[in-house]
Amino acid sequence: MLEIKNLRVSVLDIDDSEILKGIDLTVKTGEVHAIMGPNGSGKSTLANVLMGRTEYVITEGDILYDGESIIDLLPEKRAHLGMFLAFQYPAEIPGVRPWQFLKAALDAKADSRGEEKMSIRDFSKLFDEKVEAVGINPQLVKRSLNEGFSGGEKKRNEMLQLEVLQPELAILDETDSGLDVDALRIVAHGVNSMRSPERSFIIVTHYQRLLNYIKPDVVHILVEGKIVKTGGPELALDVEKDGYKQYTSVGASA
Amino acid sequence: MATQNTISRKSDMSGQEYQWGFVTDIETDLAPRGLSEDIVRLISSKKGEPEWMLEWRLKAYRHWVKLNDAESEPEWANVKYPKIDYQDIYYYAAPKSVTEAPKSLDDVDPEMLATFEKLGIPLQERAKLAGIAVDAVFDSVSVATTFEKQLGELGIIFCSFSEAVKNHPDLVKKYLGSVVPYTDNFFASLNAAVFSDGSFAYIPPGVRCPIELMTYFRINTADTGQFERTLIIADEGAYVSYLEGCTAPFRKTHQLHAAVVELVALDDSEIKYSTIQNWFPGTPEGEGGVFNFVTKRGRADKNAKISWTQVETGSAITWKYPSVILKGDNSVGEFFSVALTNNYQQADTGTKMIHIGKNTKSTIVAKGISAGHGNNTYRGQVQIMPGAENAVNHTQCDSLLIGDKCGAHTVPYIEVRNPTARLEHEASTSKVSDEQLFYLRARGLSEEEAHHMIITGWSREVFQELPFEFALEANQLLKVSLEGAVG
Repeated sequence: MLEIKNLRVSVLDIDDSEILKGIDLTVKTGEVHAIMGPNGSGKSTLANVLMGRTEYVITEGDILYDGESIIDLLPEKRAHLGMFLAFQYPAEIPGVRPWQFLKAALDAKADSRGEEKMSIRDFSKLFDEKVEAVGINPQLVKRSLNEGFSGGEKKRNEMLQLEVLQPELAILDETDSGLDVDALRIVAHGVNSMRSPERSFIIVTHYQRLLNYIKPDVVHILVEGKIVKTGGPELALDVEKDGYKQYTSVGASA
Repeated sequence: MATQNTISRKSDMSGQEYQWGFVTDIETDLAPRGLSEDIVRLISSKKGEPEWMLEWRLKAYRHWVKLNDAESEPEWANVKYPKIDYQDIYYYAAPKSVTEAPKSLDDVDPEMLATFEKLGIPLQERAKLAGIAVDAVFDSVSVATTFEKQLGELGIIFCSFSEAVKNHPDLVKKYLGSVVPYTDNFFASLNAAVFSDGSFAYIPPGVRCPIELMTYFRINTADTGQFERTLIIADEGAYVSYLEGCTAPFRKTHQLHAAVVELVALDDSEIKYSTIQNWFPGTPEGEGGVFNFVTKRGRADKNAKISWTQVETGSAITWKYPSVILKGDNSVGEFFSVALTNNYQQADTGTKMIHIGKNTKSTIVAKGISAGHGNNTYRGQVQIMPGAENAVNHTQCDSLLIGDKCGAHTVPYIEVRNPTARLEHEASTSKVSDEQLFYLRARGLSEEEAHHMIITGWSREVFQELPFEFALEANQLLKVSLEGAVG
């Protein structure tokens, strides 16, 4: 489904700003991968680059989605292919109702695939169902997109979009940060219920605790722009116990 | 690099950007170019006006000549344009086939009806479906008024200004110039001298007008000035919602539009006035376009309310300050505005709220969107007179910038002469952020769709004041007006 090959990434227009220093990663269809790492390791950069953020430049390497390179595709084209990024800091967009926004997103995807658009009635039903499932205050989604939402509400809103859009590859960028245990359970429940042989997940996280609720197939440790270790779910527990220090250049040489 | 993209996309779309830019091939009855007392007399006699109307026009004309000699064309607005040669303009253009006024829609030139069709004016059946009574002003003559009969049963008068002069002279005499006198300003004087038509509405006491009244204006003839005059009177306890739409064909020369609108809201009445202004904005390179110099003002008596909502996307230059004189105690004035300037458009627009009565309240929400080389100024005056105990004003001015070659300015004038007044003024300037764009695009919206969604969301407070059909049109207009601005 997704192959990342020797990916090197810098910040646009800033010299010596390399953040990702040669990433290799393969996510097969149906797999759940967790990418763990300390602050500043490049986790969020990786998530954003996968979705096509233009503040970064790819200096080397490639990203293949279903065997095709996507590095020249606009973010919206990647979304149409079935990719989804749950943002760590979702943007606030005054005056745009979440309902209207999601319908437009769904329509854009249907359009690009030559599929019929969902009727307003069907969409309304689906939307109400999902709003209840992710536990968002129904009053909130009648207002502006993310504006005046608490941190937790923003994350729930990301999950709402994930569940409505039903992507084939979902990237969750620190969706667990700032969440209380109840919200954490809702995120985990969302992912677990959507887990299927046709869908893959990349879960970017600093802490192991989300992985108590979502069992990943593969865990990668990303440190200083490189994947330093790959393993099974047990790797997350090592991090929980010993921290990231053992993987950092300072820690390793000590 | 971004600029490069913009230019190439603009040229790709030229000719298509202004969808309403077609010219209707109708024979026109033109008065000679230029302005003189004879022209004023000609206009008046063409319209078969009574003596008192002609006298009023002549007084206005003589006043305007004085202003013109004293070079007092207003220059304080933040707009730039070459000096207008007032002797090089046609002051009267009536489509020839309607010089014998049409008795009904069947008498209206089919080609003209086809024009209205293209404009999407809900004339005839569509008017009924939409529940709108339409008075269409083509160049300067009102060609068709629908619903007149149904409204007549309620005692509501909705007709062209010329008809009102003939059939309701007492009302016209009583209120014409009562809110915007012919001495008010340079353009208002000019209008008073040469206005050729416009709309008139009168709602009798206690009547709530059951449908929205609408006038659609269109300038067709080249080098023609359009000087329409609208007078709306809501008698005690009456209510009316009035809509106004404007378009003009694509022309490389400038056209002058100097309209006057007067609203009179008597005790306990309410007038809601909505405008979508889509006059031709000029080419993307800044050639041509309408000079839109308009005076709009309403007077609110005791417990009355006047609400202006405007979406201004057209015109090369917009100079317009729909105002409310809050004369009666407890009267309310509102102004909701979205003004968009793209390419080389300039807008200097805002409002005046003059608080005279006690417990008067005004609200101003002004939103300016600047793109391309567009220049957008909010100019607003809030004046609290000594007798206006407990007056309240809330002003909110927001500017949104797209690109780095446009400008946004806010010029508030506040004059408080009563210590019990409460005034709030909020202002913000923002840009469409990369984060917002990326967020929407990551969900599958194209860059243009994303911009459009952000901008309409940002304008929502104003759009929600518009009647539903109008809000949809406004939304569509913003989209078209911003084409080529993004990239």
